[in-house]
Amino acid sequence: MAEMDTSSGGGKGKKHGGTKSKKHSTRVDMTPMVDLGFLLITFFMLTTTMSKPKTMDLIMPKDTENEKEQNKVKESTALTILLGKDNRVYYYEGLAQDPNASANPDFFHATTFANKGGIRDEIIKKRDEVAKTRNAKGEPEDVVVIIKADDDATYKNFVDILDEMAINRIQRYATVDISDQDKQWIKQTESANGAQ
Amino acid sequence: MPKVKMPRKSTSVDMTAMCDVAFLLLTFFMLATKFKPDEPVTVVTPSSINTTLLPDSDVLLFTVDKDGRVFFSMDGQPKRRKLIEDLNTQFKLGLDDKEVQNFVVGASVGTPIKNLKQYLSETPEQRKHSGLDTGIPTDSANNELATWIEYGMAAQGGNFNKLKYCIKADNATPYPKIKEILDTFKKKHIQKLNLVTNLEAPPPGTAAYEEMQTGGKKD
Repeated sequence: MAEMDTSSGGGKGKKHGGTKSKKHSTRVDMTPMVDLGFLLITFFMLTTTMSKPKTMDLIMPKDTENEKEQNKVKESTALTILLGKDNRVYYYEGLAQDPNASANPDFFHATTFANKGGIRDEIIKKRDEVAKTRNAKGEPEDVVVIIKADDDATYKNFVDILDEMAINRIQRYATVDISDQDKQWIKQTESANGAQ
Repeated sequence: MPKVKMPRKSTSVDMTAMCDVAFLLLTFFMLATKFKPDEPVTVVTPSSINTTLLPDSDVLLFTVDKDGRVFFSMDGQPKRRKLIEDLNTQFKLGLDDKEVQNFVVGASVGTPIKNLKQYLSETPEQRKHSGLDTGIPTDSANNELATWIEYGMAAQGGNFNKLKYCIKADNATPYPKIKEILDTFKKKHIQKLNLVTNLEAPPPGTAAYEEMQTGGKKD
């Protein structure tokens, strides 16, 4: 169809004095065009699959008034993580139900989202520590991570910490409203760090 | 010696057919690729190691920008038409055909319902200047987000099981805004949400990384 082949015209061309240009084929070399075509195809194929956004499942617990349905968390298996402003992370072991706990200077820690020496190391440490202990049935305990985000935290912090749960395969975690006590501890730590 | 008639045909292969195929495929991919609809705001989503793909259909997508403005969008033009017509009747917005059509083919919508008529009568360019892109109110006094969720669900025609609720928020969105949205969903008894994220590789030396290395798939 698109082919225009004059090369096999036999000897007829020689009739007109044998001009050399007549012998040239008028056929167009399609190779670069095909190359370009496939390049574009490859580009479109790759970009369509690559730009697909991913999603993270978030399953929220049901609000329940019934005390019996509420899950109780043991003080010993809990790790509380607080999200502060400027991507700062604070954590302490347990649930801080004991008001005197803060008297211990080693109780409340500040850390970051860094890959090394950040919150991840603490989560792994606590997870492995708790896995060694046994519950009443003799099964290994599961660590329960309590996540509390301060008002200054961003969505990125929230997703990052949920991602840490996925990265470290923490099965049990919960997001909880931050308490005034926690806010106060964050403030104290911030001012203490600012003074340094 | 007999005179051998040398064929004068060129040895080059006819590329026309191949070229046809190449361009047919090219056209197909160009047409089949769905370009991102023009969003009123740019949102940079955080990264996570989750590999679940965002589904193309049956999605209610709530976009939250870095200032905490909430925008609503939904797939499927017939469903969008049903939604806007329901809203129109219920809230007596008095939308004309052109404004309804604007909603049906348009991208995300983020404005208080009382401003919806004016919002839909403007082009996306005008909206940027008129300051109507204020987002859907989510505060407890006037929680229109819940209204959008309700009407979005109603527009699915009873098929709630497949419906996904996606939240696409910016890295810098303040957490209290996210919490308001999550609480709204909680009040509607919707527990399963999807957060839209970018993909990142699990960091080495962690449980997820080792699982990926051994090819084990847990979830």
